[in-house]
Amino acid sequence: MKKLITLCLASMLLFGGTIVGAKTLKLAMDADPVSLDPHVQLSGGMLQYSHMVFDPLVRWTKDMKIVPRLATKWERLDPLTLRMYLRHDVKFHSGNPFTAKDVAWTLARLKKSQDFKGLFEPFADAVVVDDYTVDIKTKEPYGLTLNMCTYIFPMDSVFYSGKDAKGNPKDAIIKTDYSFANENESGTGKYQVVEREQGQRWVLKQFPQYWDKNTGNVDEIILTPISENATRIAALLSGDVDFIMPVPPQDYDRIENNKDLQLITMPGSRIITFQMNGKRKPELANVKVRQAIVYAVNNVGIVKKIMKNRATAAGLNSPKGYDGYDPKLTPRYDLAKAKQLMKEAGYEKGFTVSMVAPNNRYVNDEKIAQAVASMLSKINIKVELKTMPKAQYWDEFDAQVADIQMIGWHSDTEDSANFYEYLYMCPNKETGKGQYNSGNYCNKKVDELTLATQSETDLAKRSEMLKEVENILYNEAAFVPLHWQMLSWAGNKKLLNADEIINVMNFPYFGDLNMK
Amino acid sequence: MIAFFIRRVTQAIFVMLVISIIGFAIKQSVGDPVREITGISVSAEEREILRDKLGLNDPFMIQWVRFVKDALHGDLGNSFYFKKPATKVIMSKAPATLELVFATSLLVILFSVPLGIYAAVKPNDWLSRFFMGASIIGVSIPVFLTAILLIYIFSVSLGWLPSFGRGELVEILPGWKSGFFTADGLKHLILPSIALTSIMLPLFIRLIRAEMKESLETEYVKFARAKGLKPARVLFVHAFKNTLLPVITVGGVQLGTLIAFTILTETVFQWQGMGSMFIESVERADTSLMVAYLVFVGLIFVVVNTVVDLIYGLVNPMVRVAGRK
Repeated sequence: MKKLITLCLASMLLFGGTIVGAKTLKLAMDADPVSLDPHVQLSGGMLQYSHMVFDPLVRWTKDMKIVPRLATKWERLDPLTLRMYLRHDVKFHSGNPFTAKDVAWTLARLKKSQDFKGLFEPFADAVVVDDYTVDIKTKEPYGLTLNMCTYIFPMDSVFYSGKDAKGNPKDAIIKTDYSFANENESGTGKYQVVEREQGQRWVLKQFPQYWDKNTGNVDEIILTPISENATRIAALLSGDVDFIMPVPPQDYDRIENNKDLQLITMPGSRIITFQMNGKRKPELANVKVRQAIVYAVNNVGIVKKIMKNRATAAGLNSPKGYDGYDPKLTPRYDLAKAKQLMKEAGYEKGFTVSMVAPNNRYVNDEKIAQAVASMLSKINIKVELKTMPKAQYWDEFDAQVADIQMIGWHSDTEDSANFYEYLYMCPNKETGKGQYNSGNYCNKKVDELTLATQSETDLAKRSEMLKEVENILYNEAAFVPLHWQMLSWAGNKKLLNADEIINVMNFPYFGDLNMK
Repeated sequence: MIAFFIRRVTQAIFVMLVISIIGFAIKQSVGDPVREITGISVSAEEREILRDKLGLNDPFMIQWVRFVKDALHGDLGNSFYFKKPATKVIMSKAPATLELVFATSLLVILFSVPLGIYAAVKPNDWLSRFFMGASIIGVSIPVFLTAILLIYIFSVSLGWLPSFGRGELVEILPGWKSGFFTADGLKHLILPSIALTSIMLPLFIRLIRAEMKESLETEYVKFARAKGLKPARVLFVHAFKNTLLPVITVGGVQLGTLIAFTILTETVFQWQGMGSMFIESVERADTSLMVAYLVFVGLIFVVVNTVVDLIYGLVNPMVRVAGRK
């Protein structure tokens, strides 16, 4: 017994006063967050970081409900105003108290951020009512105000104000050079960044004055980016890390068959599609030809064979749980019907099209494109396929170098209208609508409905409008739907509730994690 | 000598300019950095503004001239991803690569000399045949496969060694974080250096064996034996000494190759050195860092070669005369 106590004491001295039972999570991702500034880039990695180091006003649960975080309750005062009541006694990492002023300041900064300004375009300046009440205002009635509050991670306005050592403003958002905010953080989140070697190693430690007392028991996170799939898996198998994301599909079975590990997958909300450019290739402007192509593509087969059932075959853009989801719109593969439609359109002999796809952006993207190309050959459409790495792909996509182009889309607003706005509204350089509509699909009704949903605050009515758009796109074969990618994580059995902290947005709430 | 010196240095400057042009040409085709540093929903105009700000819309020549001007002041541009000057990033990654190369060189020297000599002295021995056979296999397996095999055997199955990274580091000089001084750091060094060694070792074993065989046939070795000197002395002092010169020459050349091979090894082991940094900069379209790395590595080679040539010129006047046609 005496020995044991000495041992304990010795170990406590050794580790410089860490609490006995301190839990460290070793986490490996394919890439690390690019900065400490949550507004510098809108990307999955940065949102994952924001959820560790900052708290949003409200956040999504696993079953897509919105729950309070820094806002305790909210009420709609009028069509333009959402009043937020804020939590008291919240401290930033710098020790400054959190007040309504910080919320207003953060929203103003989001509107200046290159990546977020588009999302926050509908918003007017927030109005501070008192220290713990703030009015979030929009310019027009806007149905997604609360959704967008999941993106407001209040920053410490005092900490980020003033000038840094070089005389530059501390709140500057700089993408390619030093800025105060890129190197320093003060949020209200559970974890503080105590050590950071960009691209190499991050150490996050629990913030002692964190407001939320009933969270998980992980008080240190060591984050290592491991870009090589095989190495990331090996690190998990050998016990060098506890949790990895994402998991390459070829290793799913291997992890599932290992009794010490757990594989967690979840149907994602990123839709993979092909767009058919009727402007570039007149044959594709013919609705029958487009329908024939959709009927010829066996997306259920692709999910089975290529994705090894780790994806959900799609008939429409909106995944289940979105307001635009319509269970009637199912995948439709029917080769006989496809041939019939080609005949009706007068293209029985077929024609040749060009196709491009990325080869390192989506899961198995290149293989999917090859499969679709060979499926189209069955209705005499000859496909000239070219694939390229993602760093080159998007400029080619924008230039519309091919007749049929692959694009995957995840809705930043977790709402159906985002798909239509970017992928199917008539391309318009002035308004920026249809920015990724390389099919040049253009339908006045789709535009009208999509714009109307923006200001519609009656959610039931809005949902009907969204469904109507999905039906139009489906019937007119505006695009070729393939599947929704699955999200995947894997960890060892030390993680007790790993399956509860993950969600369809792919930002795990590590703060809630419990470890053995 | 002065004329020779000036000629060599001019050549070196010319080579550097060519390297920078080639680097720039590659840069144009790697992809668009602005796409990589903005979210997908950022509007086209916003991207255009950013491109203008970063000077990516300027014609090729203007960009290149600007780059050369800055490079003369020691500024190789900013890495978009690291948000720091590229030279700083390269300098912070260099120690990892140098340590790996150093550990590998040590292993190669340690193993290639005894094995090479043994194979030369007893060419028909089964052990020698085994070494020779194994060395052929070593050369033919690509290094990333060797690396993954090593990880699966020693980390995943046996659990003896860590699978990735550099482990615990200590700062020995400002900015030089070394893994040589902690048990953990050394443990992390074992697998990557074995993987790299597997590429280099066979070459040196074969080289030493061939050279050694040749010198064992020479008259002076026979004479030394006839004099009744101890066999070991004949072997190591008389014969081996003379095999060293070609070995060192090749070794110097191979250092360059080694740096190239670290790229794959570093990537598999998530070893944060210059090699994996370069690959990642290509993947991320972090073009300024990519060009900076190419120029930096080019500079090292050019400087070393030029200095060697100049010393050669000092030592051996024939070289200077030969170049003056």
